[in-house]
Amino acid sequence: MGATALRNGPSPVPAPIDSIVEVRGISKTYGNVEALRGIDLDFPRGKLTSLLGPSGCGKTTLLKIIAGLIRADAGTVAINGKRVSAPGPERAFVFQDFALMPWATVTRNVAFGLELRGTNKAEREEIARRYIAEVGLAGFEDKYPHELSGGMRQRVGLARALSVDADVLLLDEPFSAVDEQNRRKFQEDLIRLRTNQNKTFIFVTHSIEEAVYISDRIVLLSPRPGRVSQIIEPEIDRSGDPERIHRDRHYLDTVEEIWLGLKQYVE
Amino acid sequence: MTLFGYRVPMMASLLVWCVVWEIVGRLDLVFLLPPFSDVLAAAVGLVQTPSWQSATVTTLRAFAMGMALSIVIGVPLGILMGRVKIADDLLGMWVNIFSSAPLSAIVPVLMILFGFGEQTIVAAVFLFAIWIIVLDTRAGVRHISPSLIEMARSYGASRAALYTKIILWAALPEILAGIRLGLIRGVKGVVIGQLLVAIVGYGALFETFSRNFRMAEFWALTIILFAFALLIAELIERAEAKVEYYAGARQ
Repeated sequence: MGATALRNGPSPVPAPIDSIVEVRGISKTYGNVEALRGIDLDFPRGKLTSLLGPSGCGKTTLLKIIAGLIRADAGTVAINGKRVSAPGPERAFVFQDFALMPWATVTRNVAFGLELRGTNKAEREEIARRYIAEVGLAGFEDKYPHELSGGMRQRVGLARALSVDADVLLLDEPFSAVDEQNRRKFQEDLIRLRTNQNKTFIFVTHSIEEAVYISDRIVLLSPRPGRVSQIIEPEIDRSGDPERIHRDRHYLDTVEEIWLGLKQYVE
Repeated sequence: MTLFGYRVPMMASLLVWCVVWEIVGRLDLVFLLPPFSDVLAAAVGLVQTPSWQSATVTTLRAFAMGMALSIVIGVPLGILMGRVKIADDLLGMWVNIFSSAPLSAIVPVLMILFGFGEQTIVAAVFLFAIWIIVLDTRAGVRHISPSLIEMARSYGASRAALYTKIILWAALPEILAGIRLGLIRGVKGVVIGQLLVAIVGYGALFETFSRNFRMAEFWALTIILFAFALLIAELIERAEAKVEYYAGARQ
């Protein structure tokens, strides 16, 4: 039994020193469709990790299992070393379709997580206002979701996730229902937010460009059954002008490399 | 009796029909149809009589009690059916049968069960109104976006919070629509119940007027009932308009 035998196939990379989310042997089957098989992953603290893959690779399922919204058939998820199987205050979710309450104002929507925790009204509205400003929606506190554009609605969803002060933010294709211009702006803001907030982000996307643009680490999943096929850590300097990244050589090379890897799964 | 919304055009055409009624009435063709002005005069006289006033109190009380019961039971039942598959499988068939069955046929049975009094009327209102409330509530709950429920769960909502803060509100437009339709059916229930029992409230009055061929008062009472049904439907519609903005915006 040599080390080479263990390295066969798409085995996980060695665990980083400080991983906040540990996924071990997660499997999930829907009827007779095997969505995920034996997923082992570690998510390093304070980094943005993307789950990237073609549709049907189970990336959203995996994210929802981490969130505790879907129960896995096998395997465990640990946050800060503690096993979890239900939603908890250390995780906050951002939904693809925003999932805002249409009968509530922006402020109440953003404060909703705190409302559920029993934070008093004055305090939670104060916190909500701060995060509404943080995501660039100052002045829209008393508007209703239907009065906002798609991009603005998702900013409300992001502010809601930030306001509960969770360690891990789980984002399920947050920009897929947002138009192209807003998406670009939003991605830039997310890069800025990451440096300010010092949180761990797990980000599901099907866009290679998006993943490379914003991620510290990209987990490529292959479909049917969903398995980890590759882990990439693009070394892109995001400190300067975010516009520059799109022309960065390393950015372009990484996008190309991932595309070549995924091509086989696309009919 | 089930005349919905569309206030302005209906009022305009209503005027035309009032004029036609007046003319036909004055021509003295059918003795069942006195001129409209006589009916109006009868209405003014009628509302001043103690018998009308006490009948109205009785009728309104039975109506309000029947409606309150059907809302208090119907909305939770609809939510239960919308959320729990077993409840839906068990009850769905019956709710659908009752919502489209000719319920007037059951009112005599109610008389046997509840006697010749107000209880029968309350039961009739309940029986007429509840099914559409259950069905609409169920439909509203079914249409709630699953991600809204996942959102509440992921932010740690308790079961009680999930129902009171999300499900009830998200289904509110359909619940109100169900209540509006239920109110209209409830008016039917109260009238049919009273006509069959015939010794309570408006039923007794209708009985007296038609037996004695007091047609002007008979029609006056009918018009008052119609106006009442329209008025409450209109009031609920106002409330519905307030939540309408998000019925469309939900998604």
